[in-house]
Amino acid sequence: MSAAVKTGSGAGSAGSGAPAGDSLPPFESIVATHGATILRVCRGLVGPHNADDVWQETFLAALRVYPSTAGVLNREAWLVTIARNKAVDHHRRTARVPEPVESVGDGPLGVGDAVVRSVEAAEEAELVWTALALLPPTQREAVVYHHLAGLRYAAVAELLGNSEAAARRAAADGMKSLRAHLGQNRKEDS
Amino acid sequence: MEQHFVDSETGSTALVPADFASLTRDESTALDRLTELFRSAAAGAGLLDVAYRIVDSPVGALLLAGTERGLVRVAFAREGHDAVLESLATTVSPRVLLAPSRLDAAARELDEYFARQRQDFDLALDFQLAAGFRREVLAHLPDIGYGHTASYATVAALTSSPRAVRAVGTACARNPLPLVVPCHRVIRSDGSQGAYVGGVEAKALLLALESGAQ
Repeated sequence: MSAAVKTGSGAGSAGSGAPAGDSLPPFESIVATHGATILRVCRGLVGPHNADDVWQETFLAALRVYPSTAGVLNREAWLVTIARNKAVDHHRRTARVPEPVESVGDGPLGVGDAVVRSVEAAEEAELVWTALALLPPTQREAVVYHHLAGLRYAAVAELLGNSEAAARRAAADGMKSLRAHLGQNRKEDS
Repeated sequence: MEQHFVDSETGSTALVPADFASLTRDESTALDRLTELFRSAAAGAGLLDVAYRIVDSPVGALLLAGTERGLVRVAFAREGHDAVLESLATTVSPRVLLAPSRLDAAARELDEYFARQRQDFDLALDFQLAAGFRREVLAHLPDIGYGHTASYATVAALTSSPRAVRAVGTACARNPLPLVVPCHRVIRSDGSQGAYVGGVEAKALLLALESGAQ
């Protein structure tokens, strides 16, 4: 009896197997797969305090156009491009780079306490965000796209509108300045 | 010089250079919160084409999916919930998000049904996954009342193609809304229960539940 046939889905013809070549996965899986990377990118581009809004705007914009993006091959680069546009909008709105954190330590902190450790971790993160925000825009973006988002230099170059070699150089220079800033801050702090 | 990145798909923080290690510490908490906000915002912006949630039941985990029009899919675990979601993305819309609140009413009514406190479902249904004759068959199934059964042939006789007994079987097997549209009440002409999209054990359990036998 045909009722015994197990169908994969209500649609019937789609079956239960792998999706067809140009079909899109549920957007839920896009958020689950790329959410963390895009959060790093947003934090890197606009700083941690504004990153949440930019992340939301990025995924809402992505969801809006998602049904017509079956041709997109590199989903991560696609999302980073949207995040970049949203970060540009954000900077245009606020017309300033994220503010450096206000005085990091007042008074010496105890040791060994978990609360203190997490505060220290947050402060460490703030130092990194602050140092990132001090980089020239191209270096900052190159560092964020390559080192935080994990994009290859070819994809970074596409975003920045320069060559792969230039993108690589910008990321290297950026990391060098970043480490210099961080070394300085850490020395001052201790 | 280029560091080798495995793939950020793992969400692993190991791929971030040491200078950035402190940045990833609160990521998962922040992401949970952001994702939650995003789902509400997507619904508010009219971009949540398919919402879904998974509920427990005496017949195993059930996937419930709904469009703005109503409940569009109920799926048993044996159908493969991931495969069903992929299929919904292809056939309804890829804007599919885990968003439990849209399915609150369906989840509550199913709970009541399994607790034998409900015999009829009062839910908005979206039949877009069943067209033509299959749709016609599904429309007749609620005529078989709670605790009753009818044969495939009897159901066929109610339709515009009274001899299409096999097609009735197919329509039941492919019912996108099992439980709510009671294809489990359709049995073989010889009185045996026959197959079921949720498995024969599930069908036996449902018929026993409805007959009050427990």
